[in-house]
Formats: sequence, structure tokens, C-alpha cells
Amino acid sequence: MKLLEEKIFKSLMLFSAFAIISILGFILFTIVSKGFASLSWDMVSKLPGGGFYLGKEGGILNAILGSFYIVIGAVLLALVLSIPVTMYINFYLPKRSFFADTVRFSFDILFGIPSIVYGAFGFAVMIYFGLKASLFGGIVVVGMLITPIIMRSLDEVARLVPKELSEASLSLGATKYEVIKVIIRQLLPGITTAVLLAIGRGIGDAATVLFTAGYTDNIPTSLSHPVATLPLAIFFQLGSPSEEVQNRAYAAALILTIIILVLSLSARYFSRKLSKNKI
Amino acid sequence: MIRFRLFKDKTARLTMLGITIFSLFFLLLIGIGLFYMSLPILREKNIWTLLTSANWKPFKGEFGFLPYIISTLHVTFIAIVIALPFSLLTSIYLIEYASKRVNNFFSPIVDLLSGIPPVIYGVWGTLTIVPFISEKIAPHFVEFSTGYSVLAGGIVLSVMIIPLLISIFCEVFSAIPNEMREASLSLGATKWQTVKKIVLRKSMPGIVAAIALAVSRAFGETIAVLMVCGNIPIIPSSIFDACYPLPALIANNYGEMLSIPSYESALMMAAFLLFIIIVFFNAISRLILNRIERRYQV
Repeated sequence: MKLLEEKIFKSLMLFSAFAIISILGFILFTIVSKGFASLSWDMVSKLPGGGFYLGKEGGILNAILGSFYIVIGAVLLALVLSIPVTMYINFYLPKRSFFADTVRFSFDILFGIPSIVYGAFGFAVMIYFGLKASLFGGIVVVGMLITPIIMRSLDEVARLVPKELSEASLSLGATKYEVIKVIIRQLLPGITTAVLLAIGRGIGDAATVLFTAGYTDNIPTSLSHPVATLPLAIFFQLGSPSEEVQNRAYAAALILTIIILVLSLSARYFSRKLSKNKI
Repeated sequence: MIRFRLFKDKTARLTMLGITIFSLFFLLLIGIGLFYMSLPILREKNIWTLLTSANWKPFKGEFGFLPYIISTLHVTFIAIVIALPFSLLTSIYLIEYASKRVNNFFSPIVDLLSGIPPVIYGVWGTLTIVPFISEKIAPHFVEFSTGYSVLAGGIVLSVMIIPLLISIFCEVFSAIPNEMREASLSLGATKWQTVKKIVLRKSMPGIVAAIALAVSRAFGETIAVLMVCGNIPIIPSSIFDACYPLPALIANNYGEMLSIPSYESALMMAAFLLFIIIVFFNAISRLILNRIERRYQV
């Protein structure tokens, strides 16, 4: 009886683990098989031509580049915010600090706030200041979305930095600021992993850029221009009644999936490298 | 020279402190901002009627959030019901039974599932789940369903929250000290009995916290759900009916309806509602998880 229960539950566990693997396979298979047919070099190398949204020629270079513009700006913004915070709470404050714990807690909560709330809040603030949907707006709002992601993963690696490292530099007469520079060098692989994860999250998010970045067929040349993004390119083209255009949405979905796969794999590679060099 | 170094040190410290304090107030800023922007509608209407009325006619100035709230609750409930057994069983398997190699094989899969963007889940949902429901499942229960339904939203959402649940469950289970398991096994209990009576019971708070986090994630998910659930503002009467969750309401209408001031304010109130509920759920589950982490660390 005991053993029968054991057997039943073990097979249920194996079944659910297998089901989760197959779901991932199923999703990837669906995206690849649907998208591959319409994927062409033109898709990734050309701007939308005249009549693109009626199924005529062109590509989604505007959306691919636009997504990268936004996410690069957002990552820079997020790094400028999250590196000082992580350094301060880990290396300036004592180990059991209420202040540090409060900061961590508030970032944990910011991490849980959905992108639509960031998007709506960001857009409302933009209206208040009379700004239109633009590259700048997109960068700021995606930056808000990914700052907690970067900060949390930086915090995790910063906590593992041995105390001896900062003590050794301090004993050589370095100021705290100079110690921080040494530590940042030590954290570089961790920062890289965090950035790659954040790029993946930022590049695929649609709800943040829906109002704040707008959509355009051109590549933006200034921060105040609207900008197209990949998730929105998928979303809008899928809503079209024309089958040609819908097929392009599937191809765009495949492109986005490939980008995410590459980012996810390289993040793994860097985090493995990180654990190899750990002191 | 040393003066300059000390000056740089001081400036750096103050800048870092400043940014840290600013980030601490950011959460508050969002909350206050959203509340402030939903004030016009709250002044105009009673909050209770806003939350319990099913009348949504923005052009006549009627804003009843009930259909959206019910839709969100339905979709979330289905997602949790589907995702919970799968992720619980898988996490138990990974922590208690599986070898290190299986774990190494599984962790990129969980990573990838959580890394796939919502819009891709939406495309996958419209391509597979929606037609499957309308052709295979719904005909057994109702006369007609387009497939764009509560059920489709729930299924897509469940796949999206599974990686979150698995990663937290795994953390919670591995926080249980091994001595407890060994004590149980040495008394002659089988592995599953140990799991059931020791591991699961001991990690109950952590499991609750994980579910609360998953619920808040499901509440806020926008694009994927919007793409598969039909977006008709009625109270769904079965799981094969279309529905219209709160985030979808904001995504579909905000940005276009700014000519009607109370409409904008109503949408801001929807965002404020989401914000409050999600912050509440997140705060509770983070408090529980932090306590678990601290208890077993020392």
C-alpha cells in the first residue's frame, strides 16, 4: 500500500516534468513551423515598403532596430541606477542592516509590478509633461521595468563577494570608492548575466512600449521620434485581416524567439563562467 | 592628491546614497501618482458602485468595473488550478528524487519558459489553444464558442506562471534541512511519505507565498491574455465565453480615449487597482519568503 502510493506519485511527477518539457517543445515547434515559411532575408534587412500592411514587399528592420535601440538605452539607464544601489547596500552598510533590507524589499516589490502598470504610469507622466510617444519615453519606461531585474541579480552576486577582497584593498590604503571599483571588476561576469537577462525581458515586453514608444515605419534618428518594436510588430500584424500580413507576424515571432534563445543561452554561458572564477 | 581622492570618495558615497533613497521612494511615487490620476473618477462616483456595477458605457459616463474584475479572477483561478499540480509535482521530483544531471538538464528549460516573451505565448495561444478549444473541447459542453475564451486565457497563463512557481518551490524545498528528511526515513517512512508529512508540511508557508506571487503575476499579465480571451466586456457565464481582464482593458483603450477626461481617469483607476492588489500580494509573499530564508540560513 505504502509502496503503491509511492509508485503512483513518482509516475505523476515524471509525467508532469515530461509535460513541462513537451510544452516548451510544443511552443518552439509551433513558432518555428509557422514562422519559417515567411522568414526571408528581406524581413530582417528592409524597412516596410509602400503597401507593406496590405501584404506587399518590405521587412521589419524598423522594429528589430527599434527594439534594440530601446533596450540598449534602457539597460544603460538601469545600470546607472542599479549599480550604485547594489554597491551602497552591500559594501557601505553593515551586513544586517534594516535600511538595506528595506531597499531589497522595495525592489522585490517593484520587480513584481506588471509592465502594463509601468506603461500606463509612464504614459500618464509623459502626457503631464506634454511629451509624445517617443524613443525617449520607451527607454525610460523599459528602464523602469528592468532596473529591479538587474538590481536583484546584481545583489545576489554582490552578496557572494568575500569580505577579504575589500579588506585587502582597504589595508593597502585605498578609499572605499576605489575598493568599489575593484569589486565591480570582480562582478563583471555577474553584471553581464544580469544585463543579458534584462535585455531578454525588455526586448520582448509589449505592454510597456504600447503607449510610450508609439509605432513607425522609419528608424528613429532622434530621442523624440516614435519608434517601432518587435513585440508590437507581431501584435499589430497579427490583428490584420490579410493572411500575408499575418504570416509576417509569425515570421516576426520567430525572429523574436531566436533573439530570446540566443540571449538566454549566452546568459547561461556567462553565469557558468562566473561560478568558475569565484574566489 | 589625497584630498582629491577623499573628495571623490565622499561624492561617490553621497551619490550612491542619493540614488538608493530615490529608488526607495519610487514605489511610493507610482502609487501616489496613480491614485492622484484616478481621483477625478473617485470624486464623481462612489467607489462601491464603480467596483460592483456591470455597466461599462464610457460615452454615457458609466464605469462599472465588475466584468473586468470577474474576468481577471476567473482567468487567474483557472491558471493557478492548472499550473499548481504540475509545478508542485515537478519541483518535488527535482529536489527530492532527481539526480544532479536531471536538474542541470531541467534548469535551462525553466529559464527558457520564463524568458519567452508574453507576445510569443499569445501567438502560440491563438495558433493552438484557441482552435483546440473551439473545435475539440467546447462542442462537448456548449453550442458555440470562438475559442477566444476564459479557458484559453487560463491555459496560456498557466504555462506562463509554471516557471515562476517551479523556481520558488525548488528554493523553498531545498531550504528544508536534510536532517528532518533523514529522521523520517530512519523511522521507516518511504520517500513519498517523507515528502508528504515532512517536506510539504514544513514548507506550507513557502508554498502559499509562491502561489501569492503567481497570482499577482497572473493578475498583471497583459498582452498574452489579451490575445486569446476575446475582450468582450460582459460577465462570462461559462469558461467558454469571452472575457475582458483589467490589464487588457487598459492596454486596449488607454492612449486613444484621452478626449473624455473621466474615461482616462477610470483607466487610471484600473491601473491603481492592479497596483494595490499586486503590491499587497507581493509584500506578503516576500515577507514569508524572506523569513524562510533567514530561518534556515543561520
